[in-house]
Amino acid sequence: MKELIKVRDLNLHFKEKHILKSISMDIYDKTVTSVIGPSGCGKSTYLRCFNRMNDLKDAVIDGEIILDEENIYSRAADVTSLRMKVGMVFQKPNPFPKSIFENVAFGLKIQGKMKNKDIEERVEKSLKDVWLWEEVKDRLKDSAMSLSGGQQQRLCMARALATNPEIILLDEPTSALDPRSTNKIEELCVELKKEVTILIVTHNIAQAARISEYTAFLYLGELVEYQETKKIFTVPKDKKTEEYISGKFG
Amino acid sequence: MIKRRKVFEFIGEWALKLSVGISLAFLFLFLFLIFSKGFKMLSLSFLTQMPKNGMTEGGIFPAIVGTLSLTLLSMVIAFPLGVLSGIFLHEYGKPIWLVSIIKTSINTLSGTPSIVFGLFGLSVFVIGLKLGVSILSGSLTLAVLILPIIINATVESMKSVPFDFREAAYSLGATKRQVITKVILPAAAPGILTGSIISVGRAAGETAPILFTAATFYIRKLPKSLMDEVMAMPYHIYALMTEGTAPESQVPIAYGTAVVLLLMVLIINGTAIFIRYRMRKRRNW
Repeated sequence: MKELIKVRDLNLHFKEKHILKSISMDIYDKTVTSVIGPSGCGKSTYLRCFNRMNDLKDAVIDGEIILDEENIYSRAADVTSLRMKVGMVFQKPNPFPKSIFENVAFGLKIQGKMKNKDIEERVEKSLKDVWLWEEVKDRLKDSAMSLSGGQQQRLCMARALATNPEIILLDEPTSALDPRSTNKIEELCVELKKEVTILIVTHNIAQAARISEYTAFLYLGELVEYQETKKIFTVPKDKKTEEYISGKFG
Repeated sequence: MIKRRKVFEFIGEWALKLSVGISLAFLFLFLFLIFSKGFKMLSLSFLTQMPKNGMTEGGIFPAIVGTLSLTLLSMVIAFPLGVLSGIFLHEYGKPIWLVSIIKTSINTLSGTPSIVFGLFGLSVFVIGLKLGVSILSGSLTLAVLILPIIINATVESMKSVPFDFREAAYSLGATKRQVITKVILPAAAPGILTGSIISVGRAAGETAPILFTAATFYIRKLPKSLMDEVMAMPYHIYALMTEGTAPESQVPIAYGTAVVLLLMVLIINGTAIFIRYRMRKRRNW
């Protein structure tokens, strides 16, 4: 397995609060890696380090995240091009109040490099990738708000995929969805990892077990355990991990 | 015990109903008085003719032209300025304490009596910048008056755009400028527009700010340039009621002018409500 991202000694502070504590781990190319842990353990904040979304909240970060031989937190790093390489899907489906087409095309249009025809093709491909094309192909001009919650979330995935990212970050993407829509997203993750690396935060332990190859357990801002999902769910090394996955606390 | 609670319930409900009733009664009385005295004046010639015989006959055409040009020009000046200031205050303004002082000042400004704006316009635009009593001076004064309304409308509408949209746009690699122009402003547009249109109504109806800066009692010609003084509807009413020499024929003209002014403001506000309704129907977040 080739590692795509190397996290080295990552620390994050919001004001005086020490949220993430010296995290180091490697994330492997074209795999699904899940991050689990109780509420408030910092898992969402950790996920947002990979596309520097914590910059919006004035976080202080030291340590390195190395992607394509480059530290994304170095002075020379360009945040906007990083975010095109690292897509994100949020907990609550958040399509723009624009048409279905405009939503998926957004990332491509703001780059301003592509011809309209190429954008149309890419939009179609992205919608097909998330199995939404058949459902919406006749109403691409309709508002994205007219879709159901599950469809909206898949639309958000298509939107994130449209710029051809190397990595997709999923922040509890199914917690606002019904079981059927959840299934679809999970199946989709397994399918998508042929092309992209997926990092998913979830509070649903079973979900982590179902779809990910690697699992990281975060507790109080520390990385307690990180290894293959099979092992962590059968023979966890750490006592805390065992307690968490067996439901003793959460 | 139960009975006492029921009595309170009854009194409370009727106190509320009575309050609404009294407010509505005043509103209807107001509309009835103005319309009953002025509505019969309305005719095509009233709207399109010049005043005649020392303003005892004829129409109010120059006053309509004056009010329209003052209102339009003040909007042309204040709208871009107000929206851009609002964007700056909401998105770029730093440090926060300074921004909140500025916002408080703007709010205070919008509560200032409008005659004070009139004096300000007189000393700054009419005398200071030597623009004279003119459409330009009056429009600039009105622009200063409605600027706080437009800035507030912009800031409040931008504030109401969910943070989710902002986050989603940033996560797709948008720059700050792109987030603002492609996501925040389109979502905030209905609020900004309706706020601004309502400020148009305000500008159209104000008398005091144009008293010393633009309005004239009576002029035979229509304005030829922005540097001319004009007649305006609110001031026309004031002039007819206070300085008229033939009240029996001039008072009805004043009421007729009031009806035209009221209808104009109603149409403007109605447009705002319509736009808001249309745009709200399309959004559902």
